Amino acid sequence: MTIAPLVSIRDLRVAFHGLPALRGIDLDVMPGEAVGLVGESGCGKSVTWLAALGLLPATAVVTGSVKLDGTELLGAAPAVLDRVRGGRVAMIFQDPASALNPVKRVGGQVAEALALHRGMTGAAANAEVLRLFDQVGIPDARRRVHIYPHEMSGGQNQRVMIAMALAGQPELLVADEPTTALDATIQAQILDLLRRLQQETGMALVLISHDLGVVAEMCRRVCVMYAGRIVEQAPSDTLFADPRHPYTRGLLAALPDMVGPRRRLEAIPGGVPEPWNMPPGCAFAPRCGHATAECDAAIPGFSSVGPDHEAACIHLESAMAPA
Amino acid sequence: MSLLSLDGVSRVYQTRRGMFGRPIPVRAVDHVSLSVAPGRTLGIVGESGCGKSTTGRVALGIERPSEGEVRFEGAAMPSPGTPDWRRMRARLQLVPQDPLGAMDRRLTVATQVEEPLEIHGIGDKSDRRDRVQALLRDVGLRADLAERHPHELSGGQRQRAVLARALATDPALLVCDEPVSALDVSIQAQVINMLTDLQAARGIAMLFISHDLKVVRQISHEVAVMYLGRIVEQGDPEAIFADPLHPYSRALVSAIPVPGPRRIERVVLTGDPPNPADRPSGCAFHPRCPVAIAECAISNPPLQPTADGRLVACHLVGGIA
Amino acid sequence: MLRFFALRLGRALLTIALVVTFAFIVLRLSGDPALMIMSPDAPPEALAAFRQAWGLDEPIWLQYLKYFTAILQGELGQSMRDGRPAIQLVLERIPATLMLTLPALALKVGLGIPAGIYAALHRNSLTDRVVMTFAVAGFTVPSFVLGLILVLIFAVQLGWLPSGGQESWRSAILPVISMGLGGAGILARFTRSAMLEVLGQPYIRTASAKGVPWHAVIRKHALPNAAIPTVTVVGFMVGSLMAGAVVVESVFSWPGVGRLMVVAVSNRDLAVVQCILLLVSATMVTSNLIVDLLYGVLDPRLRGHAAPGSGH
Repeated sequence: MTIAPLVSIRDLRVAFHGLPALRGIDLDVMPGEAVGLVGESGCGKSVTWLAALGLLPATAVVTGSVKLDGTELLGAAPAVLDRVRGGRVAMIFQDPASALNPVKRVGGQVAEALALHRGMTGAAANAEVLRLFDQVGIPDARRRVHIYPHEMSGGQNQRVMIAMALAGQPELLVADEPTTALDATIQAQILDLLRRLQQETGMALVLISHDLGVVAEMCRRVCVMYAGRIVEQAPSDTLFADPRHPYTRGLLAALPDMVGPRRRLEAIPGGVPEPWNMPPGCAFAPRCGHATAECDAAIPGFSSVGPDHEAACIHLESAMAPA
Repeated sequence: MSLLSLDGVSRVYQTRRGMFGRPIPVRAVDHVSLSVAPGRTLGIVGESGCGKSTTGRVALGIERPSEGEVRFEGAAMPSPGTPDWRRMRARLQLVPQDPLGAMDRRLTVATQVEEPLEIHGIGDKSDRRDRVQALLRDVGLRADLAERHPHELSGGQRQRAVLARALATDPALLVCDEPVSALDVSIQAQVINMLTDLQAARGIAMLFISHDLKVVRQISHEVAVMYLGRIVEQGDPEAIFADPLHPYSRALVSAIPVPGPRRIERVVLTGDPPNPADRPSGCAFHPRCPVAIAECAISNPPLQPTADGRLVACHLVGGIA
Repeated sequence: MLRFFALRLGRALLTIALVVTFAFIVLRLSGDPALMIMSPDAPPEALAAFRQAWGLDEPIWLQYLKYFTAILQGELGQSMRDGRPAIQLVLERIPATLMLTLPALALKVGLGIPAGIYAALHRNSLTDRVVMTFAVAGFTVPSFVLGLILVLIFAVQLGWLPSGGQESWRSAILPVISMGLGGAGILARFTRSAMLEVLGQPYIRTASAKGVPWHAVIRKHALPNAAIPTVTVVGFMVGSLMAGAVVVESVFSWPGVGRLMVVAVSNRDLAVVQCILLLVSATMVTSNLIVDLLYGVLDPRLRGHAAPGSGH
């Protein structure tokens, strides 16, 4: 028996002013699963989900297909998208302080989502806001629903964002760098909360992060992105124990360790290619120690390298040997 | 023999609660003593509001300590703006987090790297041009980037340019305030390696301030963990990050998500870091501390040496004294 | 809040005192009122008598002191020209001025703000460019030039509207338009940039991401934030209700405060000029005060009853 994916993305492409930002993404999210999207800035990990939910500015050209339970979202009517956004798929963002409306009380911002997706108003909505505040661990909720974002800390604001996301009882929560703007001990609190809520509600979680550690801790499956494409995907244990794509291997080698003897970091030479200067074939080839002329011939497709483990590289065998 | 030393340094600001409240003193840095030896790196870690950046500014001489003394190369830190201070500043340079903000957008990289040479009257025109080329080579910037403006460079290249400028006056100490925090992992590694190489080649000392424990562990010879203006633990980075003794360092280290197996069980702290304007009594960490005892609310534990040679400020960690 | 209000009020009063002092100094330095009013050919005895009657022969600091204490007592002096109380002369003219400035303000707000919002929402569209071209033209062309052009077209050429005077409401149309269009242009540009700034903020994306329909995102999330900077400009326009019509009143020979001002200045009619300046600065200062209070209403961040990070 196969379970149908909750969200199914096929050949998703995004261009801004003619320059490619996303160059063909295929990704399925199963109900209840936690998937990590990891990569450096500009790799398209956020754009993927902003595009999927129709949240990009009108200047973005989006093609491909994004299906939620079989319903196409790309080009869907605004009314359809408004039902999906915050209802079936909720999203939280990086900087909670600026992601909340500064002139509105935090309780009211959560209540707005309740009114939109669950038709709740008045006393019922107020009670539900309090319950949500409790659920996300905001102490003294009765007083705090009445205050403004600037009167709360970053961690508390992110909890409000999460309460707002939960208000629509979503089947999928997309968390876009949810802890990047927060201090380490607060990050631990928020990640704990997200993990607990995912278990409690059974919703799926897409975690977008530049931090390999965060993704490793939170997700069962990880997709590594580079220059607008997924280059490797695998269960997270496998990915971190046995990375196969040269870029994934490079990223892990560039990361300082927290344990064991210190070693010189293996930096990846060069930088990410500019959108107007994309290599013809594999986008990583100019920085790759294993690159040959063949790498420039065509964009490499996925090869299976193990159970549920795929990498987009034509030199997977030689890449395993020391460079 | 230390190059830079801070002795019992405090920095007190006046702040208001809200817009119209009465001014209240805030101790951003509270009795901090530390020293940096020539050619070595001291890392300072902590969360926002712990006073690490203020400590950096006091070390640079940009801010005067409210209490205590800063000494650099054997002499007391001169007052900002004096000729002595300017002379000293050539030996003591800042590497900031935001290189774009630290550069003049209208000037080319080469002009900006040359500027400190001009200010401090080093070399003649052609001599300076050679020096600029050598500096850019040292930080790994291609020669053709010299004539570009800051916004025409990538983040990593800008940080290299700022570093070249900081190195122009041949400083003995770099104060690096979150120098790689805005950079992606692959670029971060390039800059960290470069800093390590420059230190080895030129014998520069560094005060390396960061919230990123992994980076600090990588680059530091010694590390100080700060909480609410005070150093709570100080010592060898491998020892501290493998087995933190202070409950705050323990929580901080355990909070770092890492791919692969975890060595220390996660301690999730409740609550936010307190406001420096509202410092708890006794040990400032006690309201969030999972192992606090009654004594912790009453008296502030001093920073004491432990058996393995590090310093810890906690009532529950036995000193050797 | 009380402390805030007291502080603002104190500053407002100080501003008025400075304006009044400044007016006194400038007017006394720029010529002898006796010569201006009596004409330079007047016999010396008459001039001396005039100076004595108006206290102009006393030391300047004593004149200033007397003048200032009189103002504090609400005594604004008499017109040197026709001997009537200055305040009365000025009050008579206020309705005529408001007849121009109030409709002009309505035109600025009613045209400028919607145009600015529309342009922001349709950024870079043809409409946006047309609106912005008009806006730039609106505030780069001085109101008197626009007034003269309007007179040429609608009064001289077409003969539809009167070119001056105050016969009926129809006489007010051209002056109101020539004053209002420029302000509408300024306000449109300001509103547009405030809106664009707000629309780029993360909380707008948050609102969309939680399923708020676009029109409600604009109405409930963008406008309340964009209103904050826009209020400053509107406040400034309200502040110039009294003084904004000086030039246009002269162009259209409209018997308002502005024209009185021009006449009084050229006559060195000190009491009248000072009275008008007092009125103008009081309006300005009051509207600033209202703007400050409105900020507190619109922007909770400025109320300042709790410090950020006052977490548990």
